[in-house]
Amino acid sequence: MTEFQCSRFSGAGVDCARGGRLVFAALDFAVEPGCALVLVGPNGSGKSSLLRLMAGLIRPTAGALAWGDEEILKDRESHAGRTHYVGHQEAAKPAMTARETLGFWAAMRGAPGTGVERALEVIGLGHRMDYPGRYLSSGQKRRLALARLLAAPAPLWLLDEPSVGLDRDGVAMLERELAAHCERGGVVVLATHTEIALGSNAVELELGDFTPSREAVLARMAGEVV
Amino acid sequence: MHRFANPARFMRIAERLLPWVSGATGLTLIAGLYFGLFASPADYQQGETVRIMYVHVPAAWMALFIYTTMAVASVSYIVWKHPLADVAAQAAAPIGAGFTAMALITGSLWGQPMWGTWWVWDARLTSVLILFFLYLGYMALVNAFDDPERGSRAGAILALVGFINVPIIKFSVDWWNTLHQPASVVKMDGPAIDNSMLIPLLLMALGFKLYFLVVLVIRMRGELTARRVRALRLVEADV
Amino acid sequence: MSAFWALVGRDLRLALRQGADAVMVLMFFVIVVTLFPLGVGPEPGVLERISSGIVWVAALLAAMLSLDRLFQADYDDGSLDLIVMTPAPLELVVLAKCLAHWLTTGLPILIVSPLLGVLMNMRPDAFWVLLAGMALGTPVLSLVGAVGAALVLGSRRAGVLVALLVLPLTIPILIFGVGAVEAAVGGYGARPHLLLLGAVLLFALPLCPWATAAALRQSTT
Repeated sequence: MTEFQCSRFSGAGVDCARGGRLVFAALDFAVEPGCALVLVGPNGSGKSSLLRLMAGLIRPTAGALAWGDEEILKDRESHAGRTHYVGHQEAAKPAMTARETLGFWAAMRGAPGTGVERALEVIGLGHRMDYPGRYLSSGQKRRLALARLLAAPAPLWLLDEPSVGLDRDGVAMLERELAAHCERGGVVVLATHTEIALGSNAVELELGDFTPSREAVLARMAGEVV
Repeated sequence: MHRFANPARFMRIAERLLPWVSGATGLTLIAGLYFGLFASPADYQQGETVRIMYVHVPAAWMALFIYTTMAVASVSYIVWKHPLADVAAQAAAPIGAGFTAMALITGSLWGQPMWGTWWVWDARLTSVLILFFLYLGYMALVNAFDDPERGSRAGAILALVGFINVPIIKFSVDWWNTLHQPASVVKMDGPAIDNSMLIPLLLMALGFKLYFLVVLVIRMRGELTARRVRALRLVEADV
Repeated sequence: MSAFWALVGRDLRLALRQGADAVMVLMFFVIVVTLFPLGVGPEPGVLERISSGIVWVAALLAAMLSLDRLFQADYDDGSLDLIVMTPAPLELVVLAKCLAHWLTTGLPILIVSPLLGVLMNMRPDAFWVLLAGMALGTPVLSLVGAVGAALVLGSRRAGVLVALLVLPLTIPILIFGVGAVEAAVGGYGARPHLLLLGAVLLFALPLCPWATAAALRQSTT
């Protein structure tokens, strides 16, 4: 695969509110090309929210995220074009085979269908290509979701608990692909509770550090409401 | 506009203005009702029933006016993220639905002596009925989400789409009505409306507008307080 | 453009494999129309008089029933996040969704409607006008329906709610569609009605995908 034209991915002063609750505030982060950022923190500290913010699926209440110098919400389409997001849900249809599902997502990103079979081989679904989604186990569905990363290349990978449901081989395969992606100059951001070996160019971001204090929330409210 | 963007400032200004506007509302409505019910002549054809007009017509105007207000508020919420706009739109909706219901009921009461039946599929009444459905749909949507912010955003888009649709619906209903030989409708847009009728009509219209303003501000204040309570509860539960 | 056709292809394939869904909507359409002769009596004159209105109202209701297929399944299994994140304009993606929805709902309704016209004693010379009206009107139902379907994602009682939101907005379609058939039966010429239907379609074509895209973007929070 080719090397990516990759930029620094960063965010400054990011606030995120979900359902009226301030999840984290004044969060700063930066990932250099070829590096990985690991989001850690207790449940509810906003790991999934931050990944969705990075994907452009939700808007920050304050602050901005940028790819290089370009704010990601300025041009949603080009940000979407450079981003792979693998969330908790697998986006696999019971009535479509693994090959069809992956081919569809590759086509949606304008990628040729040629990478599909190779991606399924690498991800360990080579023997299940024509299985309809309803017969895939949860681990196999997770592999199918991860196969999207390989079927259509994109420099920024956003992964929410990617190792959930994977067996030991699966985790090893994931670690291999993550390392290869960083090698190519790609950027990885992932949230995880389990050990995923990422090598020396991985940085941890403890989201618990950005949970706003009670006083901060009250002060913010005082500014808004009498 | 952005001078009022801060909810705290809005609350302070509202607090100061509310007594005055409430007083003006009361005076205008009393004056309007006096002129409408006592100081204006009965119609030579319709007799005393014409006085329903002084409530019906301004209520119908308000129905459209408030929906327009909601659409404007929704635009400023979607485009400029104005922090009070969604509160205003949501607070306005039930008031608008109330005026729309009032226009429908008074229209029906007016129609009874005129047409001998409580409901006629007259173009105007039908359009107002559809507008009533639009209000109900908006309120149902805003309240259908567990996350109130989702409701705000979905509601804003719906109000906008509905507003763009209103002229099309109005045109189609008029078209439908002319095809189906309308019942003889009381036309308000004739040139011959005497000053003695115009004065109470305009007074009532002004009174309704002021009333809308008062109730809107009270409802917005309530909603802002409710939001504050929700946020405080979350803070308490968090720590 | 590849994303557009990929999405149309996928939705058609899914509709074909889960064919029961599309057939159910069609059955609903037929059953609703069948209820009317049973309700108002089989007198041919009465049926002929109300036939176009009944067929159109039933088509509207059937279209409402089909709207939950438009985005709900994709919303539930996480596909919608990825669809929103397609590097193509979201409005175009929405248009692809609407096209697939129309092909699996509007088109079958259109094809069956003259048959129901026969059941309702409609004058045969009005069939072409009914078909032309349906051809212009049912795409609007898919387009306007998409706005509603996107707005109610994640709400309680989404199925009922979407009908409450969308049905009032489809009244012009009903009026012009029925008007066209009645004009043809009455011998006035259905042209103005059909032109108005076409105008509504041209108006909805850019506006509805835009509103739907906005609604989808806010649904992914």
